[in-house]
Amino acid sequence: MVAESSEKNINVTLRVWRQAGPNQPGKFVEYQAKNCNPNMSFLEMLDVVNDSLVTQGEEPIAFAHDCREGICGTCNLVIDGKPHGPHKAIATCQTYMRSFADGAVITVEPFRAKPFPVIKDLITDRSAFDKIQQAGGFISVRTGAGADANATPISKDNADLAMDAAQCIGCGACVAACKNASAMLFVAAKVSQFSLLPQGQPERDRRVLAMVAKMDELGFGSCTNQYECSAACPKLISHDFIARMNRDYIKATIRQTFKPKSNAVAGGA
Amino acid sequence: MAKLESKIPTGPLADKWSTYKSEALKLVNPANKRKYEVIVVGAGLAGASAAATLAELGYKVKCFVFHDTPRRAHSIAAQGGINAAKNYQNDGDSVHRLYYDTIKGGDYRSREANVHRLAEVSVNIIDQCVAQGVPFAREYGGLLANRSFGGAQVSRTFYARGQTGQQLLLGAYSALMKEAGRGAVEVHPFEEMSDLVVIEGQAKGIITRNLVSGEIRRWSADAVILATGGYGNVFNLSTYARGSNATAAWRAYKRGACFANPCFTQIHPTCIPVSGDYQSKLTLMSESLRNDGRIWVPKNAADCDKPASQIPEEARDYYLERIYPSFGNLAPRDVSSRAAMRMCDEGRGVGPGKRGVYLDFADAIQRLTEDGVRERYGNLFDIYHEITNENAYKQPMRIYPAVHYTMGGLWVDYNLMSNVPGLFVLGEANFSDHGANRLGASALMQGLADGYFVIPYTIGNYLATQKPGSRPKTDATEFAQAEQNVRDINDRLLGANGKEPVSHFHKRLGLIMWENCGMARTKESLQKAIKLIPELRAEYWQNVRVPGSGATLNQSLENASRVADYMELSELMCRDALAREESCGGHFREEYQYPDGECKRDDANFGHVAAWEYQGDGKDPLRNVEPLNYEFTQMSVRSYK
Repeated sequence: MVAESSEKNINVTLRVWRQAGPNQPGKFVEYQAKNCNPNMSFLEMLDVVNDSLVTQGEEPIAFAHDCREGICGTCNLVIDGKPHGPHKAIATCQTYMRSFADGAVITVEPFRAKPFPVIKDLITDRSAFDKIQQAGGFISVRTGAGADANATPISKDNADLAMDAAQCIGCGACVAACKNASAMLFVAAKVSQFSLLPQGQPERDRRVLAMVAKMDELGFGSCTNQYECSAACPKLISHDFIARMNRDYIKATIRQTFKPKSNAVAGGA
Repeated sequence: MAKLESKIPTGPLADKWSTYKSEALKLVNPANKRKYEVIVVGAGLAGASAAATLAELGYKVKCFVFHDTPRRAHSIAAQGGINAAKNYQNDGDSVHRLYYDTIKGGDYRSREANVHRLAEVSVNIIDQCVAQGVPFAREYGGLLANRSFGGAQVSRTFYARGQTGQQLLLGAYSALMKEAGRGAVEVHPFEEMSDLVVIEGQAKGIITRNLVSGEIRRWSADAVILATGGYGNVFNLSTYARGSNATAAWRAYKRGACFANPCFTQIHPTCIPVSGDYQSKLTLMSESLRNDGRIWVPKNAADCDKPASQIPEEARDYYLERIYPSFGNLAPRDVSSRAAMRMCDEGRGVGPGKRGVYLDFADAIQRLTEDGVRERYGNLFDIYHEITNENAYKQPMRIYPAVHYTMGGLWVDYNLMSNVPGLFVLGEANFSDHGANRLGASALMQGLADGYFVIPYTIGNYLATQKPGSRPKTDATEFAQAEQNVRDINDRLLGANGKEPVSHFHKRLGLIMWENCGMARTKESLQKAIKLIPELRAEYWQNVRVPGSGATLNQSLENASRVADYMELSELMCRDALAREESCGGHFREEYQYPDGECKRDDANFGHVAAWEYQGDGKDPLRNVEPLNYEFTQMSVRSYK
């Protein structure tokens, strides 16, 4: 998972995507990062490069970051063509300089996907994910309306599997890794978390139909089963959840078509 | 002088909240609710839960976050768990015991009534989260699992692997998205609050800067809720997210809201030690690790350079187990942190720079097998491996205390309203429930208690006094004045045109604070900091360099504006620490300690909340006092031995 420790400081050349704003042309610009401690994180290396740019009166490289411990999902760099860099199961912020050889030339780009337009340099707009969540990524329970937490036992296997799906950090690496810019892994993770739990059953059909429809509407592509998404996922969310969602989707579509519906309308005294 | 009325209801402790809710609090009728607009700043546990719940009730809600989406707030990084007095383990827990543990854990510097309410609603929180589909850990029988945490002798902590904060936040976020989807909440991402607008003494709006377009905008409302987290990044190096900041709270302070107990900061005992001067943040290793890990240092300083495996059992000092036999490795955070510091001060620290102690899982692996330990803590061991390149299954972890949480914050009354009517403060941003030290697994509890179960009741009590539809227009002079204030600050930063980047000053400030207002403070160190900080601040405004313009996405400007606020807040923290001539919880004054190094409180003179009031630039702030009247519990010497 992590390369062997090396004590020696290294020098690397960065080729960084610079773009002044949305809908403006961008280009790669070269920077030297000298004397990097191998225990420095990749983002800390960018901090140091940025400080030297500021000192020279240049605008620093804009990049998204926040928690710097792999859980908030903000950081989103493509390093040498790979979303979140060379290692599996980590976010960009958990990439350390010990992963690179002395003298390496490292290409740094933003996530590339039509539904994630570039805002500036390496920062992209991923608000499309919020819109998908709004379409159905929730259980409709008013605050205070829940029953006692132990009233409904849930098998440990299902709870654990739901937790596997729920680990998604919403970073969008799955979309960036997919040649179709599909958001299937992201959507499948949320749909599966709820469909595995009894609490999620009442809205199971409408949830999957609404979230998939919204994903399509926002311009995300279709899944062609290459599984680049799960390979790039910092939380290793399994593509099995996509299969699970597809089953849910088909069943929901059939039920939607054939299930009898009540004619009642709301209202009354 | 600010009027600090705590508004604590009368009556027996256990009945206060229920009686208050059902008898005293005013209600707003459903048809009127939609006429009121409420601004919520922040969407962590407190903000998201408040925004979603108020929208469910029918209020019009606008929610502002500086992140690209509300799901990024730093609540997401909380690892260990959330306390609740469910007593599912049948091990003697109760609302009263959770209340007592929390108030004792806070070293008797919080309000009895607030803490009791927190313990009462803790059980509702778990019900709510399970109903939302939060996948808490479960036993084979399908019921919820628990573990124990520092400062408690029962197992009352609910958890979702090492990602409890993430799962609770995503639960609150899903509720927020549900309300946003039906148009009941307007969510404004990339929109950072830069000032509070106060009209005729009441909070009636905010000024924001849109971080993408650079536009400065005005927003009016009938009430403003700040849920903007803590201020630990004053120290530069902390376990906070890099973006966490104090700007909303600090600018509200400068508009008249009192800042309470700013010196109460929590130094978490189990973080990964600093590795170099490039370092941007410190990473926490969950306190839950102390359930199974044993903390030790070599008995002899001479052994410190040897690999841990070459130090035999009899040459190890399991100092927490030795000094605090009844709580052992689960002693509260402040106690454990200071013990680690003392060991390192004695020259018995380990690792580079000798600022570290061992957290050893060898016994646990023997008892539970390596797979058993992996199932409980696997993700934490992975994080440790990524950062240090060391395998903690084979050799002990190295840990050291780091800034983690701030108990101080904007002063609020029992309704969570500040002394500026209409301004409410929730979660870590307020000061109310943790006293001088927060117990583990209590931050998540408080954030959600405030947002789901307190503010929905108490905000109505204020709004009922405001005429529906009476909120001011944004062309009022107060809005123009506040907007100009924000423009002035930003223009000054952009125009300073100095030589050094913002980070240069932030690092220097952090060092001053860590050395002089950190784990141990003295009169001299605090006086020194109070002299150094204004000097650094003056240099900052002269010599900071912020490239680019304000009319676009500009991360240098965002940071510069936040650090400008730290330059002021840090001084207030030192003043508060200097004025509080006692030791309590996270505030340790070396002059006030027992012979064994424990905190020596002074209840007669400092059994109160210190709420600081801004008096204008260059003027000393005013220290107001709210006495803590303990009616039901005796303030006693806190012992974990």
